[in-house]
Formats: sequence, C-alpha cells, structure tokens
Amino acid sequence: MASVRVLVGTHKGGFILTADGSRNEWEVSGPHFPGWDVYHMQASPVDPDRIWASMSGGWFGQVVQRSDDGGATWNPVGNRFAYDGEPGTHLFYDGTPRPFAFTRVWHLEPSLTDPDTVFAGVEDAALFRSTDGGQEWAELPALRQHRTAAQWQPGAGGMCLHTIILDPSRPERIYTAISAAGAFRSDDDGTSWTPINQGLRSEGIPDPAAEVGHCVHRLALHPSRPDTLFMQKHWDVMRTDDAGTTWREISGNLPTDFGFAIDVHAHEPDTVYVVPITSDYHHFPLDGRLQVWRSRTGGDEWEPLSRGLPQKDCYVNVLRDAMAVDSLDSCGVYFGTTGGQVYASSDAGDSWSAIARDLPAVLSVEVQTLA
Amino acid sequence: MSSGSPDTELACTVRVVLPVHLRALAGVGREVQVDVRGPVTAGSVLSRLEEQYPMLRGTIRDHDTLRRRPFVRYFACEQDLSHDPDNTPLPDPVASGAEPLLIVGAMAGG
Repeated sequence: MASVRVLVGTHKGGFILTADGSRNEWEVSGPHFPGWDVYHMQASPVDPDRIWASMSGGWFGQVVQRSDDGGATWNPVGNRFAYDGEPGTHLFYDGTPRPFAFTRVWHLEPSLTDPDTVFAGVEDAALFRSTDGGQEWAELPALRQHRTAAQWQPGAGGMCLHTIILDPSRPERIYTAISAAGAFRSDDDGTSWTPINQGLRSEGIPDPAAEVGHCVHRLALHPSRPDTLFMQKHWDVMRTDDAGTTWREISGNLPTDFGFAIDVHAHEPDTVYVVPITSDYHHFPLDGRLQVWRSRTGGDEWEPLSRGLPQKDCYVNVLRDAMAVDSLDSCGVYFGTTGGQVYASSDAGDSWSAIARDLPAVLSVEVQTLA
Repeated sequence: MSSGSPDTELACTVRVVLPVHLRALAGVGREVQVDVRGPVTAGSVLSRLEEQYPMLRGTIRDHDTLRRRPFVRYFACEQDLSHDPDNTPLPDPVASGAEPLLIVGAMAGG
C-alpha cells in the first residue's frame, strides 16, 4: 500500500509526518535538528530515502544535512557557499549598494535524474549546485551576475532565492524566483538567465511594469504542462502559458490576492490552490477565517475551501514554501502555518484536518508519495 | 606548558566546551579535547577542532576569512577573549588543560 511522508521545516527544527495511503493516522518524528531554523527539507525524486535539510541560525550559520534512510539518521554535508568571484552589490532596503553576502539556504531542489545533484537557493540571492551528494557547492554565477542584479532589493524576509523549478520536459531549463527581483528562466542549465516578469504590475515600485523588482512569492508548475506556471506575487495571482514570457492576472474573485503559497493539483493541471492573506501589512487570513481557495479552471474563478479549517479567531500565516500535494489517486493537499499547525486534505481540498497542531512556526512543507 | 612557547615537538591538550547546538552537530558531549602543536591561540585551537570535527567548519567562524561569527563568543578563565586577535596566546591554564576554552552562543534570545 502506498504511504505518504510529509517533511516539515519549522522555526525550531524539522519534523517528519508519516501515514499510510488512507492518510487517517499520522505519526510524527522529530524534532530533527532541534533549535535550528529548518528552512526546507526535500527528498530526491530518484532516491526517495535521500532527504536534504537546510538548517540555519543566527549563532552558527548554515548547515546542510542529508539522510539516506528516509530521515531515520542524518549526516552533515558541505556548508561552504562561496560566491564565484567578486560578489558585486545589490540595493539595500534604504536604496544604497550593498555587497552580496551569504546568509542561509532557503530552498533545496534535488535533481530530477541524479540523486547526487541538488540545487540550493540562497540569501543573498544566488543559485548553487552540488553534484557530489552535497559535499561541495558551486555557484551558477550567471544569475547573480545578471545585468540587473545591482538593482535587486530585498523583500521583508531578506533577498532570497526561494523558488527553484526544474523543467521535467527540458533538462536544461530552470526557473527561479527572487524576492524582490522577480522570476528568471535559464534555457541553458544556468549559464544565462532571462528575467520573465512581463505582465507583472507591482504598485510598490517606481515603474510598476519594470523588468525586475517584483516581489514574486512563489511559482508552481504541473509536470504535464511545463510551459504553464502559476505565480503568487506579493499582490496578484498570475499565470503564464509561454514559460514566463508573458503573464496575465488570474486573481478573479479571490477575496484578496495577497498571499505566499501556491500549488497545483497532482493530476489536474488546471486545479490551483492559494491561501489568501489579508494584506502586506496584515499577514493573517481575512476576518480570522483560514481558507484555501481552489480554482478548477486554471484561475479567474475560485471557490473557498474551509471545511475543517478554523473559521474564527485564526491569525496565522502560511509561508511561501509551506504548501505541497501528494500524488495519490485522490490528491492530498497539505499546508503548514506560522501557528504550528499542519493541515491536510485527502480529497483535493474539500475537507481538512490538522495532522499536527502544536509544532513551532512552520516554514516549509514537502510531501513524498511512496510506493 | 606556556601558551607563549615557540614551536615545540610536544602537543598541548586543550579542552574545548561546545554549545549544545554544536555538540549535537558534531555528535559529541559537552567537552572535547584537541591536541595543539605550537602556540595555543583561539585560531590554532579552532583549526585543530575543525580538523577533528569538519562538520563544525563555518559554524564558529567563517570558512574563508576565519572571522568569528558575530553571535559566537570565546570565554576562558572568566574572561571574554572574543575580541582578541585570534593569534593571541590563550591563558596558560587553557594551554595546560587546567581550564577549558568555552565556545558560547551569545545571549541573543530566540
């Protein structure tokens, strides 16, 4: 029988939640790496028992750990993330130039084909890759050296490269997103990059339609339709059908189109999930009611999903990397909150229940569907 | 053995107390011992510590500049030695093993 493993990164450690395919009874292991900010845990699609974890903290910096037994045991791997050549500068919050400086790994994206290869998106924004199981990390410097990089500015959470998507149909194509620079695409394995922000409008920057400067919060892609991406921007939910060359807004009837997380149903490439958040100044659900909104039409038309979710006095947030889906026949949808709850739906969002309720603030959620 | 001794054939065994996060990372107890040849300084002790426990590289000081991370402190003999140049000899009781060098995470909440 299939089973599900949910990898939860939190503000004070990592947790692994497991259940069989019925997804009724959940076991929680952890905290792994107690006391560390676990920004992300992600497993290799080639070797599901190989799991990567990024842990960091203000005291002791960045550590990357790898498990080769499904999270039962862990070993530290390389943690030297050195920019390739002169770091250059970006703009700080006050608009002055500031040298790029490594702070932490926000996101780990394992290769779709090689269990020893994994990408890391870091703050200050840059893309690194290891091809030896995490021992050594080398920057793919063309992104940080892009002609626009000196204009990039941090979002409130830091200038992070938080999204990495590897195109399953074109191995040389990589998408990344940076707060608050925008989305970028490489069609040559990271050798060169194109900003893909045409059609985005951001009122918080001097030129709302600028080539870069947009606070893209998250991108999502369905493997069966790799030229279509969905985006939760700071404000606005967006869609492209030409691999990011042009975007159009699909916020439609959402009650607010501010938010962080976005994901796509495992079997229905036009079914999309977001968690509307009140505003950039109010990082909690509208009216204290936690709702996932689902579109079955690829955007524009949305329906609220609230059965099993708190509908009063709920003031948590759902962060950008904290939503994921499983690929069981009845698609499971999962998200974690800054209040430490992990909610799951085993019926594509129709109903929800908390599978963990009292964890530290959840930073990331990933899901593995195991045979 | 004096920490100010020039290069010597004999190694000093220095005791190092690690903070709890790094104990877990290195898989060790509260205190470890490192053998240091030559002058016993924060720099030489940390270099030996990192040789013995490579997973600690980058967690106490920067990989490349070897500068102490901002929220890490070095204490010994009831003194804060954090701001001394890292080639400053550590106190004799540390070099002799009578007192440990404490690596401390600064009290910064969280």
